[in-house]
Amino acid sequence: MSILIDAGTTFIVQGITGREAVNLTRECLDYGAARGTAGEAGGPIVGGVTPGRKGREVHGVPVFDTVAQAVEHHGGPIDGSVVTVPPAFTKDAVFEAIENGVKLVVIVTERIPRRDVAQMVELATLRGARIIGPNCLGIIVPDVVKMGGIGGPAKDAAKAYTPGPIGVISRSGGMTTEMSSTLTAAGLGQSTAVSIGGDAIIGSAYAELMPLFEADPQTEGIVIYTEPGGRMEAQLAAWIEEHDSRLPIVAFMAGKFMDEMPGMSFGHAGTIVEGKEDTASEKIARLQGAGIAVAEEISEIPDLMKARLAGREVTA
Amino acid sequence: MRFFEYEAREIVKRAGIPVTDFGFTKDALEAKAIAERIGGPVVIKSQVLTGGRMKAGGVQFADTPEEAEAKAREVLQLEINGHVPRGVLVDPRAAVTQEYYAGVVWDGTRKQPVILFSDMGGIDIEEVAETHPDHVGRRHFSNLLPFADFQAKEVVASVGVTGPRLNRLVPIVTRLARVFVERDMTLAEINPLVELEDGSFVALDAHMEMENEARGRQQALLRDLGVGDEETRQAREATPFELAGEEVDAQDHRGVAGNVTEFDGDLGLVIGAGGGSLTLFDAVRKYGGRPANYCEIGGNPSVAKACGLAKLVLTKPGVDKIAVMMSIVSNTRVDIVARGVVKACLELGFDPAEKIAIFRIPGAWEEEGFKILEKYGVEYADRSVSMHEAARRAVEKVHGEVTA
Repeated sequence: MSILIDAGTTFIVQGITGREAVNLTRECLDYGAARGTAGEAGGPIVGGVTPGRKGREVHGVPVFDTVAQAVEHHGGPIDGSVVTVPPAFTKDAVFEAIENGVKLVVIVTERIPRRDVAQMVELATLRGARIIGPNCLGIIVPDVVKMGGIGGPAKDAAKAYTPGPIGVISRSGGMTTEMSSTLTAAGLGQSTAVSIGGDAIIGSAYAELMPLFEADPQTEGIVIYTEPGGRMEAQLAAWIEEHDSRLPIVAFMAGKFMDEMPGMSFGHAGTIVEGKEDTASEKIARLQGAGIAVAEEISEIPDLMKARLAGREVTA
Repeated sequence: MRFFEYEAREIVKRAGIPVTDFGFTKDALEAKAIAERIGGPVVIKSQVLTGGRMKAGGVQFADTPEEAEAKAREVLQLEINGHVPRGVLVDPRAAVTQEYYAGVVWDGTRKQPVILFSDMGGIDIEEVAETHPDHVGRRHFSNLLPFADFQAKEVVASVGVTGPRLNRLVPIVTRLARVFVERDMTLAEINPLVELEDGSFVALDAHMEMENEARGRQQALLRDLGVGDEETRQAREATPFELAGEEVDAQDHRGVAGNVTEFDGDLGLVIGAGGGSLTLFDAVRKYGGRPANYCEIGGNPSVAKACGLAKLVLTKPGVDKIAVMMSIVSNTRVDIVARGVVKACLELGFDPAEKIAIFRIPGAWEEEGFKILEKYGVEYADRSVSMHEAARRAVEKVHGEVTA
């Protein structure tokens, strides 16, 4: 099993005719096709939307002016959408997807003002939909399906990601692949890897994905990549303390140097140390306080996880 | 992006919140003229984007216009935490009977704005929240529904304010919440919000920060306030080295090769992407390395940009070698970065094998990239060498054998 997406997931790409979106479409189609999970229409991608471009095709995927047309063409509800339109148009695109019944929206676009993101997330909550991102690379279920640019071209994604018991959640798209590749090399495959985005407000933070992993029988442990800025690590720590989670967690914290540089942002828009709780050292202490193992280096993650998995089996 | 107090007060004033009859100037003589117009005792406040103004002597009191001129001259020359004042604000000294606090910030966990209100104004709100939690009211509000007066009323009433005070405070807090939303602020704070002897309320100080990503759509306001596009308003002003990094990145629109921050070490870094750069910078320091800079490559930049960034770092005074490292790339091409950094060395008359301490970028087009590096004798590593191990090797080349 997996979380969020599986072999039967259908999705569209909004902004499909843009340069990056064309590549992303190719990658997702190839990944699905190579794994034998391509649907009858030729893959998980059942349509694309770019206003004014109806009638075109991108790698065989039909392009529509509206999400409603894509839904009509598909002949039923579409599960997801990958949104890769310029920041000024993202809110409208996401509203359109949600109002047309899409339940999972992956927002790739960077540099969207917080107010827009907060509005999208609130609408999603009202409609029972979920947002991943913005400023993220999407979701991958190794050897099954990928939704977004995560892992890159199909052959590169196959090098880094293998099926297995570990759920990966990361504020950095690139580091999602780096960590998964390290896990793969150590024989620990992934159930689902989610690039959640590097912005100050995102659709799904760690604590909001934990219940899904908790309910997924394939997942036996969680690896997270985290950074200074924001409160989502504190939220995760609180979630763990409130719920009796069966899943051991290993975390890696980047950007420790930022503690000495308050008020400055590095790497992602969300990484700014504004208060004591935002700092790397405070977050590490909080995560450890909740029983999470914090790795000093990425290469230590597999052994820490294996020890935790073994320990759990003994006590179980 | 942080606003100066005089700008923040102007924003508050435009939102319909009462302010004092203040004036802003960069000139001591004009400060005197403002004081004359005010016609009474005034406060001269340094306009700097840093805290601790009062302690540093950046806030002075004057009883006469002549004194205002002298004090303004003094304050204008006073550097605070390394910041030269933009000017001074000349404010009538108000007869205050009570100080309040009103602020709006984002709650990233709830993903909604939250209003904070306190009847203990004039001090840091976090301190009040710790020492007198019952004196701080909080209320989240919807991103989708229009802000309503009753929401402001609830938060003001929650700390026990009632009577005419409540009815006078509600429209002020309502306008503050609306300006926060409409102007894409990340912080909108009036502290203190004061009650005067005649029972009226004025914003005596304001602190506003606007989201950088929204500067485009708030252009009209920024133009009105005289905020230039070039003003980054970062925690510290950009250095010439950092500005040169921006130029490299701006030379074409393909990908990113920039976001440079200057440090004073001897190991130049050509690193990426967002999270990778944070990880690698820490890794270099963990092994005792002293980075000369922070930077980011990502999104598949052109050879010219990668070359430009490498040249900039290689020619920084004190830089001995550069380390070219990234987390596994899937979009950025390894061969393009390899070509860029080798080209930079050659064009500067350096031996790439000597100047590039290590090249660790695994991923898309790595075979092609590694071939180029092999040709020039540059030490490279694939994904089997961890990011930290690559950083350790780079530090070792500069400083000799190292352990964490």
